[in-house]
Amino acid sequence: MSDAWYYARRYPLGVAGAIILIVFVLTALLANVVAPFDPLTTNARASLAPPSGTYWIGADMMGRDMLSRMIHGARISLAVALGATCIGSGLGAMLGLASGYLGGWFDLIVQRIAEIMQSLPLLVMALVITASLGPSLTNTIIAIAIPLIPNVARVIRANVLSLRELNYVEAARAVGMGQARIALRHVFPNTLAPLIVLATAQLGSTILTEASLSFLGLGVPEPYPSWGRMLSESAAEYIRSAPWLVIFPGLAISLVVFGANLFGDALRDILDPRQGD
Amino acid sequence: MAPVLEVSGLTTVFHTRTGVVRAVQDVSFSVEAGETLAIVGESGCGKTMTALSLMRLIPMPPGEITAGTVKVAGTDLLTLDEASMRKMRGSQIAMIFQEPMTALNPLFTVGRQIAEMVSLHENVSRRVANDRAVEMLQHVRIPAPERRAREYPHQMSGGMRQRAMIAMALACKPKVLIADEPTTALDVTIQAQVLDLIDDLRKELGTAVVLITHDLGVVAETADRMIVMYAGRKVEEGTTKDLFADPCHPYLQGLLASVPRLGASGSQRLREIPGVVPSLSDLPKGCAFADRCSSAIGKCLEAIPPLEQKRPGHSAACWVT
Amino acid sequence: MLDYILRRLALMVLTLFGVSVAIFLLLRIVPGNIADILFDSAGMIDPAEKQQITKDLGLDLPLVEQYARWIGGLAHGDLGYSYVSEKPVLDEILPRIPITARLAGLALLFAVCTGVPFGVISAVRQNSWLDYILRVFSLLFLSMPSFWLGLLVLMAFVNWFGILPIYDKAPPTWGAFALMLGVPAATVGLRSSALIMRLTRSSMLEVLRQDYVRTARSKGLSEGAVTFVHALRNAVLPVITTIGIETAFLFGGLIVTETVFNIPGVARFLVEAIRWRDYPMVQNLVMFIAVIVVMVNLIVDIAYMFVDPRIRLRA
Repeated sequence: MSDAWYYARRYPLGVAGAIILIVFVLTALLANVVAPFDPLTTNARASLAPPSGTYWIGADMMGRDMLSRMIHGARISLAVALGATCIGSGLGAMLGLASGYLGGWFDLIVQRIAEIMQSLPLLVMALVITASLGPSLTNTIIAIAIPLIPNVARVIRANVLSLRELNYVEAARAVGMGQARIALRHVFPNTLAPLIVLATAQLGSTILTEASLSFLGLGVPEPYPSWGRMLSESAAEYIRSAPWLVIFPGLAISLVVFGANLFGDALRDILDPRQGD
Repeated sequence: MAPVLEVSGLTTVFHTRTGVVRAVQDVSFSVEAGETLAIVGESGCGKTMTALSLMRLIPMPPGEITAGTVKVAGTDLLTLDEASMRKMRGSQIAMIFQEPMTALNPLFTVGRQIAEMVSLHENVSRRVANDRAVEMLQHVRIPAPERRAREYPHQMSGGMRQRAMIAMALACKPKVLIADEPTTALDVTIQAQVLDLIDDLRKELGTAVVLITHDLGVVAETADRMIVMYAGRKVEEGTTKDLFADPCHPYLQGLLASVPRLGASGSQRLREIPGVVPSLSDLPKGCAFADRCSSAIGKCLEAIPPLEQKRPGHSAACWVT
Repeated sequence: MLDYILRRLALMVLTLFGVSVAIFLLLRIVPGNIADILFDSAGMIDPAEKQQITKDLGLDLPLVEQYARWIGGLAHGDLGYSYVSEKPVLDEILPRIPITARLAGLALLFAVCTGVPFGVISAVRQNSWLDYILRVFSLLFLSMPSFWLGLLVLMAFVNWFGILPIYDKAPPTWGAFALMLGVPAATVGLRSSALIMRLTRSSMLEVLRQDYVRTARSKGLSEGAVTFVHALRNAVLPVITTIGIETAFLFGGLIVTETVFNIPGVARFLVEAIRWRDYPMVQNLVMFIAVIVVMVNLIVDIAYMFVDPRIRLRA
């Protein structure tokens, strides 16, 4: 507990990031309770209603309450961020652990595949995968998770390689402990810190990628109120007549990603000082 | 002859999260032209901090030189403004460092790094500066100096790099050369060569040398006089010959007893000094060495012993001896 | 050195081969037959026509043969025909390349020219309020989606100047040209700038701790000379190595920025091709992007060898 206080005082920005993330998660979980309106109910009379006592941050073209849509949109962002990060980091960690620990041809193949994957920009790969799988929430999560794998695999592999040489791993081998057991019991736990740091750093980027995909109309399909989709092209038409359609969803994305980045930075400094400055 | 470097009452502290670290406390000494003074002590005793304080290269903050004077040929460095101090560095007082592998910039040729020193302090053309660089490399006995001047540090061995460092430090013929553990990182065979080189250049140029080391063998070989530091303070001072023959402070006695000697009877076990150096941020009220001292008396725990003359030209800070 | 370059070239070919197989397969696991999709979207009903389409596109051939046809064509500069415009793919892509290249070049220039100096300032003044502000802002810029930033810029233009910086093939004045490219370039470059700033800062902090920086100070060099001559040179080396990553990063931003600012470049074209399910176009565009990224990485690695004497003279 005193440790937590010490770090909290040393990393005020990290605390700010944590608070933003907590508010974001609570909003997503309690969306049904918190949202003043149903996010999907249209109301022709409220079409493009400006911010007012009823519609705090206005309504969209179909007369749906923006605030409620944004609150429900947090769910999509959260689902994608958690889903893609867990799948991507999990698979990446397993591959990195196996390829670093086993070495040999397996390592070589994994390395080559990682190189192939990294020669495509993250968004391009996510776009092609969604194009191939078709738009849905699950497919969006998969499309964002896959490009994360090579980076995680490489970092974990590098970590495992340096751990392998350490004395206690040698010692475990010397006393005849099985390979799988050494890998899981002795090597893997020591890669957890960099893995957590890496996964946290990716939270923000997954949210941004989802927003970009949805903005391009290839992410989470209607009627889910995704923040990116709310900003999608048609919004450009309203920048003069209904700027609230443009300002607020973007603000929500930026704020949550900012929170994730602040938190990730502080976490990196605390858990794995070597990765950063 | 008037001393060319006069340090008196030098005190350097570091302000850290855990408190004030007293790295150097009330250290005084002087060195004449062409003389070698050794500063001896264990790692963490304040030797390097003393050297960096002389150059005013202590990172500030967190470091701060709180008291004292450092006079080079009569000018007090500690009262100069930053621009005047920069003019002194390299031209009047120069320094070589412990790690020749990392002390040279990897992206510039050795010749360029030496020439940079020359053109910085002397109003000469680039060509003259380059010629001087080659000349200096020759001076420090680097073969094929013209070719070597065009090489990068990584192309040279450790000993050669340290010689290049010496060439750079002496390029502007400074009055004072501070050598901070110049041979610690080198092979034993190279160590002697580098020490001889420094010694020869000292005689030739009349430079005053401050040699910082923990190696008493090096001191015995090269230093005219020496001071011993412990926990940031000077605890003994005198000619090398006197101090080796008849150490007054129990700390130096302990140090000398821990050095293996040829000719000593083979069965005699080396003595070590028990205990550890106290933390510089939490020094005891009395003598800092009292904890580890076998002859300590009650007074040692109460008050810091003053430096007093024990024999002619030989002073020590100890209540007992 | 030549050895190294040759080995890298061989690896590059291998990587690109892998990319081509991956893209090819990815675009063949599309749910539903491509012919069906095209058939439906064209509003045709005659099954004979459908068979004709399938045959024309080579979709009736085995996968291996389809792949061989594509790669064989690539080697001859024949990229096939667009499903949508029915023009040669190459004719569609080529005119769009300079547009995106110019935008990317400007954006990278902007990113380097702002990111490196701010990174240096931040490192030199570590833990000062200036450093704090620069760090928070760089993180903030990294958190804003490029397309939102683009929309905000558009909004600002509409509100303050009453105009939209619309893309024009032949802008009337140099000013209009600068505006037309400069504004989107700065928008997309801002994120890269923040990334470069953070990299420069941490690399500079690392370098400032090195012994040779202390040596430079002990020579009597001014802080400016120490920072910009001795430290910065060493600090930019690791930043140079990340230009490959930067390029990939920048491309993601270009896709949305070209869309927002309505710029008919390659990046936006990819999204359009995906939307129209113009698979030959998508396949070739993605391949093109991979070639660019891999080549940039190779060029950066080779350039790095010339900048760093430790690597250049290793042989």
